[in-house]
Amino acid sequence: MKKLGIIAAAAMSISVAQSASAEDVTLKGVQDRGFVQCGVSTGLPGFSNPDEKGNWTGMDVDVCRAVAAATLGDATKVKYTPLTAKERFTALQSGEIDVLSRNTTWTQTRDTSLGLNFAGVNYYDGQGFMVSKSLGVKSALELDGAAVCIQAGTTTELNLADYFRQNNMKYQPVVFDTSDQTVKGFEAGRCDILTSDASQLYALRIKLANPDSAMVLPEIISKEPLGPVVRQGDDQWFNIVKWSMNALINAEELGLTSANVDEQKMGDNPAVRRFVGLDGPKGKGLGLADDWAYQIVKQVGSYGEVFERNVGGDSALNIERGVNALWSKGGFMYAPPMR
Amino acid sequence: MMPEDNKYSANSKPKFWNDPEKRSLLFQVLMVGTVILFALYIINNTMNNLESRGISTGFGFLSQNAGFDILLTLIPFDATYSFGRTFFVGLLNTMLVSFLGVILATILGFIIGVARLSHNWLISRMASVYVETFRNIPLLLQIFFWYFAVLQLLPSPRESIELFDGVQLNVRGLYFPAPITGDGFGWVVIAFFASLVMSVFMIRWAKKRQDETGQFFPAYWASFGLVIVLCGLTYLASGSPLTWEYPELKGFNFKGGINVIPELSALLLALSIYTAAFIAEIVRSGIEAVDKGQTEASSALGLPRSRTLRLVVIPQAMRVVIPPLTSQYLNLIKNSSLATAIGYPDLVSVFAGTTLNQTGQAIEVIAMTMAVYLTLSLLVSLFMNWYNKRMALVER
Repeated sequence: MKKLGIIAAAAMSISVAQSASAEDVTLKGVQDRGFVQCGVSTGLPGFSNPDEKGNWTGMDVDVCRAVAAATLGDATKVKYTPLTAKERFTALQSGEIDVLSRNTTWTQTRDTSLGLNFAGVNYYDGQGFMVSKSLGVKSALELDGAAVCIQAGTTTELNLADYFRQNNMKYQPVVFDTSDQTVKGFEAGRCDILTSDASQLYALRIKLANPDSAMVLPEIISKEPLGPVVRQGDDQWFNIVKWSMNALINAEELGLTSANVDEQKMGDNPAVRRFVGLDGPKGKGLGLADDWAYQIVKQVGSYGEVFERNVGGDSALNIERGVNALWSKGGFMYAPPMR
Repeated sequence: MMPEDNKYSANSKPKFWNDPEKRSLLFQVLMVGTVILFALYIINNTMNNLESRGISTGFGFLSQNAGFDILLTLIPFDATYSFGRTFFVGLLNTMLVSFLGVILATILGFIIGVARLSHNWLISRMASVYVETFRNIPLLLQIFFWYFAVLQLLPSPRESIELFDGVQLNVRGLYFPAPITGDGFGWVVIAFFASLVMSVFMIRWAKKRQDETGQFFPAYWASFGLVIVLCGLTYLASGSPLTWEYPELKGFNFKGGINVIPELSALLLALSIYTAAFIAEIVRSGIEAVDKGQTEASSALGLPRSRTLRLVVIPQAMRVVIPPLTSQYLNLIKNSSLATAIGYPDLVSVFAGTTLNQTGQAIEVIAMTMAVYLTLSLLVSLFMNWYNKRMALVER
């Protein structure tokens, strides 16, 4: 009943909110308020997870911090709203949050009929399976008749149905509200498999009491481009979130890091000079201060730093860069030039 | 005094705004008008907002392919069926758990309620402890308790506990052998209904005889026996046309048989145990509301305690019990939506959860879900009000 209440309240606030033009109000709202309202997951190591002190960290959190650094000049000025998969879009539609940065897959329906815009991709993922080693399964094709733990309201639910139908296999879906509950169900043996995006499987695996008892199967059954989402109709805000992401990626390409950006700023590399706002388009088109991109790198870092710190070698997850490497290094990460 | 009285009575008609009846009518019309205008404003505003934000509206999504599967379905369903079908799957699952919950809670509640008034110290104390414990712990915690703390401690399918022949219990639920009917089973069904009809006549006859002669005949026990004997004989005569499909361990899980999923068991246990605590209190207060003289009078007539309770006390207590009992039934139905916390696929979990998220049609889906709970609740209270009227004291 509680969940229904939340969604119902959000649905109501769509109905009651004044139908003033949605244009260009988000940035003003953020600046007046003094913080960015950011929707994140309810706790997923590496992507958005509160640490012991209650500070949120992760890839998705860093997108929020980059937006705050660009708009307010201070990456800490973010208010995080933990949302389940079921609640996330309604929260954004109803204006409860300014940006949804919550490992959300970019799909046609979501982009076209929910009144939302995807501002880019901060992690290229795909759906996989985690099984208990004791089952002795080596491939997802041996899973006929298995019980599967899934998180409610995700694309995962649809891909899973497709995959099992295509391969003429049957399964029993056990659907939980949060990823914590799916892990509990998996650990208790309620289901044989836990399915989710591969990155999440690694993150959830370290939440297990005994991470070595489970393994991730080699099959990846879908494309899951994950990225931040904003409301339709506010192009200025859409541009700000999009270019905050681009700034992170461009910074890595330019070799800028939070440690060296002050020093690099003094150099005469024209691309760096444009990046930090000394030359070029500066912040005018976005309605921001000229040093918006500099603030992002200074306070949050480059995409490479964000990746390594949260999910890569410097983290417990230890995920390879893989397709999330820069385009120049064989990956998909490619941002339009800042000029 | 006279002149003032004249003002109203003698001066034929008062002014329109001075007539209290007309005035109250006016205000009621104004009030209703305001409410309707407000509702229209909200609806209009919602449509405008949805349009300006590029959110598609309408119920067209109900005919699209759902594309996901559901754990428990009482009607055929798989990923190729429509979103509209998920509504009915969820609705039936909600009705299943509510119906079973109402029955279990009523039985348990009556037993505990009567036990609380027992003269046996131990029984009445145990009933009090039951009521105070389960009434005072939040329902959500109880659901979690049954699901995560009790049911999930059961062994894996490969190490299932065999309770009886073919009845397996494990963390995936309880598995029963499923009956498979063969040729000639129709005769057993016919025998069953025939014996039911005979029982009805027998009960009527027994009642009539008791009214006329005062002699008692145990008609209910007799009809119970009649049904068993008649069905049993027909079953044997038609060559035992019933086989059992036993659940078998194949691959990861048991296949075949009937599976009661642990989500259903946990939800049902929690709902009925919790609600039964409230029902017990209602039954107790109902029984205590019956005048002590009634009990004394019936024991003076020589009726044994059990029949005093069944024939004299409980029928009178029901008049006090039914109205608050209705509220408890409504609470149980609405509380069943907590299913979503443990993954039981009820209406809120399936329709207001997955379907809402896959389609993004929040307003339509939530409106439909609220309409369902409203309708179910109204139907239950309608039925209970009818029942209450039937039970109400008929003054002669």
